[in-house]
Amino acid sequence: MSEPRFAVGDRVRTSTVDPPHHTRLPRYARGQVGEVVEVQGTWPLADDRAQGFADPRVEPVYTVRFPAADLWGPPGGHWVQVELWESYLEVAT
Amino acid sequence: MSGQHSNSEIAVRVRRLEERLIGAGLTSDDQLDAIIGRVASGSPANGARVVARAWVDPAYRGRLLADGNRALEELGFSMGHGPQPQRFTVVENTPTRHNVLVCTLCSCYPIALLGPSPSWYKSEAYRARVVREPREVLAEFGLELPADTEIVVHDTSAESRHMVLPVRPDGTDGLAEAELAALVTREGLIGTAVV
Repeated sequence: MSEPRFAVGDRVRTSTVDPPHHTRLPRYARGQVGEVVEVQGTWPLADDRAQGFADPRVEPVYTVRFPAADLWGPPGGHWVQVELWESYLEVAT
Repeated sequence: MSGQHSNSEIAVRVRRLEERLIGAGLTSDDQLDAIIGRVASGSPANGARVVARAWVDPAYRGRLLADGNRALEELGFSMGHGPQPQRFTVVENTPTRHNVLVCTLCSCYPIALLGPSPSWYKSEAYRARVVREPREVLAEFGLELPADTEIVVHDTSAESRHMVLPVRPDGTDGLAEAELAALVTREGLIGTAVV
């Protein structure tokens, strides 16, 4: 996997899955809708590397911006940017 | 490190762990020494040099914001410290926008540019709170931001490392690049202070 599925400006929803292994989708950002603000390039999926897979999936990584009020409730007032591998994301409908 | 031995309890435990990893074929003394050597060369003075160059050279500032890794190489720095290459991005403060860095999952940090991270950066309190209430946390650091300043918290959750480009202080027009670098603090590069 190398061609990014998402582009800057796309709205994405993060996975709600809590996997039984290391992952880099912070718990507070699960099941949230954010906006892609940067496409970073590709890296081996941290989840696969942490499990010692010989051939980890290589995926695009995105910088995704969330309004703090969505993550934590009011009053919010700031942005939280999180860097997320593509398999953590789906199209927000 | 293989060439240094200490009888302290923690050193013995670290060496035992190293020997287990080496025995399992996961690393070697040479690899460990190389990584430790590179980490030990990190210092906030490096980040300060990058910032001072960006303040005096608008073209460099543009290159730094566009491609941090390449701009680092111009000054003789690199992000090749870890087991895999890291992307380096510089986030620019403005009079209306303030950036602050955290790693909520662990303690990811651009050691090459900022040196070893401060203990509070690794504390659970900082990691848990700064994403939730950055304005309050920054105030506790002594940084009271105007109410209309936009705050962006960067959670380092992948393979990028960030550094804040602070706003150049007023009244520094006559200063040379080295004098400007001397004004830049580690906290200014993390975003828990302004310069």
